[in-house]
Amino acid sequence: MMTVHAGLVAGALRTEGFWTEQSPKLGFAAIAIVVFLAVMGLVMFLADNAPRKGRDVVQLLLFVLPAMLLLAAGMIWPALSTMWQSVTSKAGEFVGLDNFVTIFTDPTGQVVLRNTLLWVVFVPLISTVVGLAYALFIDRAKGERILKSLVFMPMAISFVGASIIWGFMYTYRSEGFPQIGLLNQILVWLGMSPYQFVETPPWNTFFLLVVMAWIQTGFAMVVLSAAIKGVPAEIVEAAELDGASAWERFLHVTLPWIRGSLVVVVTTITISTLKVFDIVRTMTGGQYNTSVVANEMYTRAFRLGQPEIGAALAVVLFILVLPIVIYNIRVLRQHKETH
Amino acid sequence: MSAAIAPEPVVDEPSGTPSGGKAKRVKKRLTSRTATFFAIVIAALWTIPTFGLFVSSFRPDTDIANSGWWTIVTNPSFTLDNYVAVFSESGASSASLGVYFINSIVITLPATVFPITLALMAAYAFAWIPFRGSSWLFVLVFALQIVPLQMALIPLLKIFNYPWLDIGGTFPAVWIAHTIFALPLEIFLLHNFISEIPRDVMEAAKVDGANHAQIFRRVVIPLSVPAIASVAIFQFLWVWNDLLVALVFSGGTVKTAPVTQRIAEFAGTRGNDWELLTAAAFVGTIVPLIVFFSLQRYFVRGLLAGSTKG
Repeated sequence: MMTVHAGLVAGALRTEGFWTEQSPKLGFAAIAIVVFLAVMGLVMFLADNAPRKGRDVVQLLLFVLPAMLLLAAGMIWPALSTMWQSVTSKAGEFVGLDNFVTIFTDPTGQVVLRNTLLWVVFVPLISTVVGLAYALFIDRAKGERILKSLVFMPMAISFVGASIIWGFMYTYRSEGFPQIGLLNQILVWLGMSPYQFVETPPWNTFFLLVVMAWIQTGFAMVVLSAAIKGVPAEIVEAAELDGASAWERFLHVTLPWIRGSLVVVVTTITISTLKVFDIVRTMTGGQYNTSVVANEMYTRAFRLGQPEIGAALAVVLFILVLPIVIYNIRVLRQHKETH
Repeated sequence: MSAAIAPEPVVDEPSGTPSGGKAKRVKKRLTSRTATFFAIVIAALWTIPTFGLFVSSFRPDTDIANSGWWTIVTNPSFTLDNYVAVFSESGASSASLGVYFINSIVITLPATVFPITLALMAAYAFAWIPFRGSSWLFVLVFALQIVPLQMALIPLLKIFNYPWLDIGGTFPAVWIAHTIFALPLEIFLLHNFISEIPRDVMEAAKVDGANHAQIFRRVVIPLSVPAIASVAIFQFLWVWNDLLVALVFSGGTVKTAPVTQRIAEFAGTRGNDWELLTAAAFVGTIVPLIVFFSLQRYFVRGLLAGSTKG
């Protein structure tokens, strides 16, 4: 039976000249890579054969310029342009902070900002706490490698895929009908009524951000696990001989030792959380009061035809990210000086 | 995956087992049942959602609609119908998922090769070609990591749509966008690696009369293979899993849109057809999962390098 169906899948791919239509695309990608590498080869050839006089300068330019030009045209100029757009009207006149005022006073805008705050607080909190606990547990558990892989695996799944996976967990059927989502089935087993996890504000924001926490926990776990393994066994043993309990050892030995990694984990997850847009977009499209800044930016700029509001939201995102990054760098500096 | 920003080393990677016997003894002594128990509970909680999706994608559509996937224990029945359905064309408006799968490949391979090549060259220049303003420029590139993607979307799309360029909604637009967005982090990571090649090795090559281009090809690239592999895996997964860049730059038609975009579309328009959604989501996830499980070592190494090693 299964083999017949496998044949059908292959058959579906064979229909209507699937490959005659699709292989040119693959060819296009292959040609693009070959041409690109050929051009880079030419660059190398030019660098090799540059006249001896000024060869270093020519080589330097050939090595650095391609990347720098792309960054200038594709990031620096666009970022400045977006900043300018955020203080202009749709018609291009300077309007000061009007767009920002719109965001902060608009009821929808306020919900968006509140949700973003919830994401930024709870995603790093949940993933770091669970990731750290898990890293500590598996440090003393059998089968460490497999256990690590299982929690780390969501990192490889796309945000879109994760949203489908959790959307399925949250699926709701009216009371009395068989539940197909695991969480509602558990509620029913416990004798409660099924609940519309995704559609009921304000808690739905929480159920959405759990998806991001689910993904990021693996990241926290891997980094913190490596840090924990760096704690010298002698110190732990010494503390143990001094009669320190497991909790005291964790608090006074392990925690200070991995502080730098903790900061990195929390800040990195915070930054990713601020930027993530796929989850809200896939699970609700921003409906039911679930939108966040990153999703709202896309919706305003590309769906509602309000690029100036979108630009202002992008700037808000930038301003939110900025202090975290600066803090991150400062803590790492201090950490390095004290070690 | 996450654009990690960390300039200096914090932790050391587990350095194998320097005193193997002792480490083993310590580990054994510390192994506790409670810890193992809690670890397994968390691992189960983290795996069940994915497992449920995977199982459901093989259940007949009437079963999916009328009973939970856990009922397979008492009523096992499996089919590949859902996969046949997502891979068959049903009218012009809904092409086979295979088309989007091909689009994902066409987007991902060049978008992985381009930025790494350019970043390697730039990283080498920053590390080994002394020039005025080198460190200043490098800090600028590093700082660009904090600029959210969102800041660049609207103007970059405008540039792509200029009449003299006019590549909006094509594969090259998506390639170029991904290349640009990947450069700051890749230059930073590869620079960290390349700058740690011992000076003696470089000097020896120079004494032999090699110029920068020759050193780059004969010394730097061969020595950087592990770093290149880590960065490549990350970029591959990032691009394959991306939705935002695809939505903005691919134009969203069946000609260029990747799998992620198609699945997101499904979720919006056919959010209750779980037999389609589960199968489609699994098709979109299979490639990252294969890459992840076969190259996990590089993946973890890259993650530690990106987030903490610096």
